[in-house]
Amino acid sequence: MQHKSKMAGADGDDSLYPIAVLIDELRNEDVQLRLNSIKKLSTIALALGVERTRTELLPFLTDTIYDEDEVLLALAEQLGNFTMLVGGPEYVHCLLPPLESLATVEETVVRDKAVESLRKISQEHSPVDLEVHFEPLVKRLASGDWFTSRTSACGLFSVCYPRVSSTVKAEIRQHFRTLCSDDTPMVRRAAASKLGEFAKVLELDYVKSDIISLFTALASDEQDSVRLLAVEACVSIATLLPQEDLETLVMPTLRQAAEDKSWRVRYMVADKFSELQKAVGPEITKNDLVPAFQNLLKDCEAEVRAAAANKVKEFCENLPEDSRETIIMTHILPCVKELVSDTNQHVKSALASVIMGLSTILGKDNTVEHLLPLFLAQLKDECPEVRLNIISNLDCVNEVIGIRQLSQSLLPAIVELAEDAKWRVRLAIIEYMPLLAGQLGVEFFDEKLNTLCMAWLIDHVYAIREAATCNLMKLVEKFGAEWAQNTIVPKVLGMANDPNYLHRMTTLFCINALSEVCGQDITTKQMLPVVLKMSNDQVANVRFNVAKSLQKIGPVLDSNALQTEVKPVLEKLDTDTDMDVKYFAQEAISGKYTTLSIFFLYEVASLGPRSKWPILYVSERSTMCPAECVSQCER
Amino acid sequence: TSILPSSPTTGFSVPSAEKVDGFPRRSMRRARQRRSHSSSQFRYQSSQVELTPLPLLKDAPVAELHNLFCKKLQQCCVLFDFLDCVADLKGKEIKRAALNELVESVATSRGVLIEPLYPEAIKMISVNIFRTLPPSENPEFDPEEDEPTLEASWPHLQLVYEFFLRFLESPDFQPSMAKRYVDQKFVLQLLELFDSEDPREREYLKTILHRVYGKLLGLRAYIRKQINNIFLRFIYETEHFNGVAELLEILGSIINGFALPLKSEHKQFLVRVLIPLHTAKSLSIFHAQLAYCVVQFMEKDATVTEYIIRGLLKYWPKTCTQKEVMFLGEIEEILDVIEPSQFIRVQEPLFKQITACISSPHFQVAERALYFWNNEYILSLIEENSQVILPLVFTTLYRVSKEHWNQTIVSLIYNVLKTFMEMNSKLFDDLTASYKVDKQNDSVL
Repeated sequence: MQHKSKMAGADGDDSLYPIAVLIDELRNEDVQLRLNSIKKLSTIALALGVERTRTELLPFLTDTIYDEDEVLLALAEQLGNFTMLVGGPEYVHCLLPPLESLATVEETVVRDKAVESLRKISQEHSPVDLEVHFEPLVKRLASGDWFTSRTSACGLFSVCYPRVSSTVKAEIRQHFRTLCSDDTPMVRRAAASKLGEFAKVLELDYVKSDIISLFTALASDEQDSVRLLAVEACVSIATLLPQEDLETLVMPTLRQAAEDKSWRVRYMVADKFSELQKAVGPEITKNDLVPAFQNLLKDCEAEVRAAAANKVKEFCENLPEDSRETIIMTHILPCVKELVSDTNQHVKSALASVIMGLSTILGKDNTVEHLLPLFLAQLKDECPEVRLNIISNLDCVNEVIGIRQLSQSLLPAIVELAEDAKWRVRLAIIEYMPLLAGQLGVEFFDEKLNTLCMAWLIDHVYAIREAATCNLMKLVEKFGAEWAQNTIVPKVLGMANDPNYLHRMTTLFCINALSEVCGQDITTKQMLPVVLKMSNDQVANVRFNVAKSLQKIGPVLDSNALQTEVKPVLEKLDTDTDMDVKYFAQEAISGKYTTLSIFFLYEVASLGPRSKWPILYVSERSTMCPAECVSQCER
Repeated sequence: TSILPSSPTTGFSVPSAEKVDGFPRRSMRRARQRRSHSSSQFRYQSSQVELTPLPLLKDAPVAELHNLFCKKLQQCCVLFDFLDCVADLKGKEIKRAALNELVESVATSRGVLIEPLYPEAIKMISVNIFRTLPPSENPEFDPEEDEPTLEASWPHLQLVYEFFLRFLESPDFQPSMAKRYVDQKFVLQLLELFDSEDPREREYLKTILHRVYGKLLGLRAYIRKQINNIFLRFIYETEHFNGVAELLEILGSIINGFALPLKSEHKQFLVRVLIPLHTAKSLSIFHAQLAYCVVQFMEKDATVTEYIIRGLLKYWPKTCTQKEVMFLGEIEEILDVIEPSQFIRVQEPLFKQITACISSPHFQVAERALYFWNNEYILSLIEENSQVILPLVFTTLYRVSKEHWNQTIVSLIYNVLKTFMEMNSKLFDDLTASYKVDKQNDSVL
């Protein structure tokens, strides 16, 4: 640091030295240092005091920082929380110049952050300051040369509108109108995306006179990327208008959007369907949205069908109660039936993720008669994801008709998924096993599914074996220790003699997972002897896993077993020829220490709260690696 | 960088990513899957018209010719479902034959293109080619690695494009008549089609747009502005647009024709659009065309050099070595044509970056940077400015020559050091001496 900053340190005050360093770092060549310094901007400001922050730091930031986007992003964020540091609401307008230039940069994330901060500090302006300082800034941005500033302006209208005089309000409305018909599609998109938000702060008369015409224009823009944003605004606008105006002011545009020639717009309509339905109310829903929804479910583009299929349950749920069943049975269900055999798997799988929810709405009889065949068809679908989605939602049906009706078809579907060639599919079905077991009951499970669960333990993919182990634990939690003792423990322990060492290790992993839920008795009497015996295994991996397992099940055992059985074996492993076996044996012996150190490593790695570790507190600027921290901990 | 379409059925070149290492890429596995087709042509056509064959154009008496031509154009406005490949085979064949005739007629016979045919021809073209492109079948479509989805209706679409191209290229073509129908709205829709995943379609579009730009002067500024918007959207909003390379290729030839001094519109395009395009994730797909445009600008007006180089340095890739190699390639292309006076203005920041590249642990990056010393012109620039450049690079060169894991790099560096020694032995010796002193001081500390 040859040259001191003119701002701090010049007066030779030693207490400001760290600040001088930070300020120097604001101009350092290394981006990382500049970034660190920017992130501590509040510290700098606090040390400088409110006046020097206003008169020196902010002009410096406004003028001299032309920087990497990463630094600018951090700066934009910091300035949003700077009000108190410049002297409170009275001076908050000092923050506007740097944020204004940040709101014009090219990089979208920086601009968005600057707008976010501007929105935040706009609330801290007094009504007078808002008109004197903030609103002119919005105007400047709105009439900027380059599209970036005009885009940013779109996000600022709604925060100042409610708090300014009616003359200024009229100007703001005019600016917004201009931006809605901007030459650049980027700006029109920004305006369209803020249309709903702006409508919410406008007086109802202006919503009807101004917003509706803008909405109509944007909804028929030449670019579909603009039109689809108008659909989003439609939800807010429809919510604001009285019911009697909806038909004339909103519905023509909405109808047009639902039949737009671009699938992106239709997709948006499908995606927002539930919101639209709530916004327009039951009457329009019955007359207009039902046929529109039917069309979307039959759309020629799979993307649109899938989006609509996703909304089937929500749409049906929100239908007016008096006609709900009739509408579903006569209008929606026929489309749903077609979707079950759609050519596109995403459509089918979207449907499968919600279709079970219809049973609660339609009740027992309709479910059995109309929905059950569809569930069964989807359970046999060629695409595993469809079957999985059905299986994962079984609980909805269970409540209405019980699961027995399905179990005939369920079993082959589960078996097939369990043996699927893709390990991710197998993994997904394992995760539903505890749920299925709970709903099918212990008898059915023992009879049909237990074999599958055991077969996964010797799967050739480790992730499956691991999930299978965890699954066993959850099953024992459901069915109890006694069940475990009779059905799974013998099988697990039997694998300890398997010629494949990976299978022998699986025994150990299962014991790790099961010891706690099975309890002390089973662990001591049945599992421990097997573990101890495996300490003589010829494969080193098995032996060091014995050490790990002993450490793991230690807390479940009584002190007698620990002293007389576990300790001698660990001491023997401690003299093993293999380095790793020794290491883990030692770890297990000094168990208390390792638990702590592992926990601490985890804390550092995940940047957990340091406050929990007051003794180990390391300086904020240190980039100490976890290993060093551990050695500190030892001391 | 010819603007002419190569054969419209060009096969797909081997993606460069495949050459980088020996690991099997996704595309290798996907290659086995059938090539997928998609079409958004056949939409909302409820009433299908049955086509009946018309008499051949070549047999028509002169008085009937225009009338028949017009009827054929109207016939070709009927669209067919190509996803169902056996649907209405007869109709498809009639339309195909009619299109073929139209293409041939407009390409070979004189006097066919009379004014009343313009609106009919443009209508036929619009009905066939303008459509909302279908959603990509593969949402994570990576043009470098994945096979593109091909347009199913290509058998007809190709002929329509061919007709359009012949129409524009016909000696009878009258821009003054065409401009009433080929208007801004038409061009905007044409530009949107550049997002097509089908490379054959983009190839046609490229040639066609180039012709339109060449012949319809009133549309030029509008076309440039809309291309700008597409690029800005690509850079800052979606990061997805399939036709960036094609649009850049057109621009490459347009830049050449810019008047001097450059208008501020064009400078803005360079600084705010072309340079930021370098940040795109998919840079490798259009980098050659982009670098060509950049160099065109420099050759046009040397004063933009500093903007370009500082811009590239600002967006220099931090983690992607593959992109770093591309940037270095572009820098070499730039240095190849740089004016010595401009070189002096940027040499310091530039050689700091080059030095950083030389010390990259990725040998391809280091190698690419060291190749600069094989370039005669660059070498002469370095020699003229060795007082500035040598002190910048010396320490790194010296250190890397001792430390780099890759033998090729080490020997390349030795060559570079040797060149420097010959270039300016006095400075070289001074630097060596002071390096050794520093080193000793370090070890003492």
